[in-house]
Amino acid sequence: MTERDVLSDYILHLADNSMILGQRCAEWCGHGPVLEQDIALTNIALDLIGEARSLYHYAADIKGGSATEDSEAFLRDVLQYRNCLLTEQPNTDWAYTIVRQFFYDTFHYHLHKQLSESSDARLKEIALKTIKESTYHLKWSSEWMIRLGDGTEVSKNKMQTAINDLWEYTGEFFIPSETETKALEMGIGADLSKIAPLWRSKVEEVMEEATLTIPASNYHQKGGKKGLHSEHLGYILAEMQYLQRAYPGAEW
Amino acid sequence: MSNKEWPLWEVFIRAKQGLNHKHVGSLHAADHQMAIENARDVYTRRMEGVSIWVVESKHLHANEPSDQDSLFDPANDKVYRHPTFYVLPEELNHM
Repeated sequence: MTERDVLSDYILHLADNSMILGQRCAEWCGHGPVLEQDIALTNIALDLIGEARSLYHYAADIKGGSATEDSEAFLRDVLQYRNCLLTEQPNTDWAYTIVRQFFYDTFHYHLHKQLSESSDARLKEIALKTIKESTYHLKWSSEWMIRLGDGTEVSKNKMQTAINDLWEYTGEFFIPSETETKALEMGIGADLSKIAPLWRSKVEEVMEEATLTIPASNYHQKGGKKGLHSEHLGYILAEMQYLQRAYPGAEW
Repeated sequence: MSNKEWPLWEVFIRAKQGLNHKHVGSLHAADHQMAIENARDVYTRRMEGVSIWVVESKHLHANEPSDQDSLFDPANDKVYRHPTFYVLPEELNHM
């Protein structure tokens, strides 16, 4: 891989994470438990998709030729998507949505903290903008963790079930792909080994306040970063990409 | 499952520094912290403000609509209470 390939592949991985989670959050639009939270989650979806757009745009510029942000988002298939498996997990219910969001937000926040010191100027700029949004996302999802974990017996059980189910998808964040290792060596990428303890301590802090239990299991699913996805991603892309596939180049 | 509604909150937004907070609407939230966050998400998505106040609606007291005549009509014919006889300096924008 040339340095250019590493950079574009790394940026696509970052973009895919936020794109797919943004798409998942957007599925709540019009279905939120209360109007205010419906809007809150839709705002978060738009932040994530906005971040993904900036990154896709950058990746397309690096690739050159006929690549555009749209071709990156809408014309790559499952095997070419580089998002972590957590982001494609289904919404299931409000508890799963919040837990998935909280695990991601904690990672996302620290990731962009590091990327704001990247030697790549454009990535650095995107990170500085993303941190502001991510800070709010993390505050929002942390508070929901605490409210529902330390809420009623029903809410607590639902949260713990979601945590137990989603836990095995959190380790993948910190297992570097070949691209991530090279991007770190080049000084443009984040050091995942430094993010891992920060992630863990924030998760411990919030879960303790929420009276929730961190699963003991050390088994972690992986493969998303290499394009090996769960069955869910195909359905997400089918919905997300339908229009561009059926009417290539359609604009509105 | 509980069907209890969250309490209602009134939201006030300051559009920019130097202006006063204006009532913009109301929303439901479990407590003041959530009310501020909900207000941020519902009422400031298009850069409408730089500061948010929320107050639980039950803490607002209003006059009786039936007192309308005695409260407000007497001011109707007292034109001399309007300071329209002064020339304001141009740099005063928000009087």
